[in-house]
Amino acid sequence: MSLSNYLLHLADNALILGHRNSEWCGHGPVLEQDIAITNISLDLIGQSRYLYQYAASITGHGASEDSLAYLRDARSYLNLLMLELPKRDWGFTILRQYLFSEFQLLQYEALQRSADVQLAGIAEKALKETSYHRRWSSEWVIRLGDGTDESHERMQDSLVRIWPYTGELFMPAIFEQEMVATGIGVDPSSFKEEWMSKTKAVFEEATLMVPEEGWSQKGGKEGRHTEHLGYILAEMQFLQRTYPGQEW
Amino acid sequence: MICERDILKLLDSVKDPELPVLSILDLGIVRSVERISMENGEGRWRIVVTPTYSGCPAMDMISMQIRMAMYAAGMTDFEIVTRLSPAWTTDWMTESGKAKLKAYGIAPPHRTGDQTPVECPHCGSTHTQCLSEFGSTACKALYRCEDCREPFDHFKCH
Ligand SMILES: [Zn+2]
Repeated sequence: MSLSNYLLHLADNALILGHRNSEWCGHGPVLEQDIAITNISLDLIGQSRYLYQYAASITGHGASEDSLAYLRDARSYLNLLMLELPKRDWGFTILRQYLFSEFQLLQYEALQRSADVQLAGIAEKALKETSYHRRWSSEWVIRLGDGTDESHERMQDSLVRIWPYTGELFMPAIFEQEMVATGIGVDPSSFKEEWMSKTKAVFEEATLMVPEEGWSQKGGKEGRHTEHLGYILAEMQFLQRTYPGQEW
Repeated sequence: MICERDILKLLDSVKDPELPVLSILDLGIVRSVERISMENGEGRWRIVVTPTYSGCPAMDMISMQIRMAMYAAGMTDFEIVTRLSPAWTTDWMTESGKAKLKAYGIAPPHRTGDQTPVECPHCGSTHTQCLSEFGSTACKALYRCEDCREPFDHFKCH
């Protein structure tokens, strides 16, 4: 049970952010960057597929990657709240991608040594593309933060908005604690310091002020979400809910 | 009697749908082909493939094309297994694959760790500049040659 929740949590993170980023497809600020964010979406959705497939194989009862993505309600989704927030402007999208990529990189690095061989393989595979995501998004954070007055102001505003959602990344859920005990999962609080120092270095170069650590939003890992997730699922799940089992 | 070499020859006819000059053997995504015996005593071919990028939309298509190629050759006793680890690297691309890419106008990947500049596939100049880390597909980056001024795709080292 906790392994499947753990896999669902990792998969939901990747799917929801992939879905959010895909909203830029055809709307990016310039064609190159439109392609970049769309490629990142594809990578994330691809990662979620491996994780859902694995989760489905241990869930049984006819579960499939599709049923896990399209037929679960918001209350069953275990993604981080940060990832379901609306995409807002390009700066916010980039900043969120950067914060999450830096986190995902540390998480996948550690998961490569998971006692679960299949999960370790997924992490090893995903790690390579995640390091591209990190590099690309950190360059944009610096370019926009240390850019014009307007871009700087927007980035600073985005950072203030998203910061209360970063605490949740490092608060281990029950299924994470259980998976740490079996050697399958990793404790996100163990790499909080490293994440803080890496992001701080990028924000310094971007001339952005890191907000004080304060009150944290949480609940996503327990299935308590913002209203935004419902809208994502309504759009994403509409077809399968309306025409069950429909295929292309 | 069909042997492993026959299957490999068949697989060499399956092309990457996004880069039709490369076969899946050139790409290095076919990890093994072996005859396995099942519990009922019968044998079947096991074809092990590894994806390039997690989100590469071509992977489902490639699996289907392998299936079609096998069926077309009258073979139904096979399975396609996806293996993620060790993760695919461009170091597994064959030298002839790299030559085909270059002839197609795409700068082939270096070996990982090789820092020499990317060579323009049109004029051979190493005076090139990366315009975008992400090109028309996940595996390519967009470059421009400073000498002949032509833009080109570079198959990224991965
Ligand atoms: Zn040139």
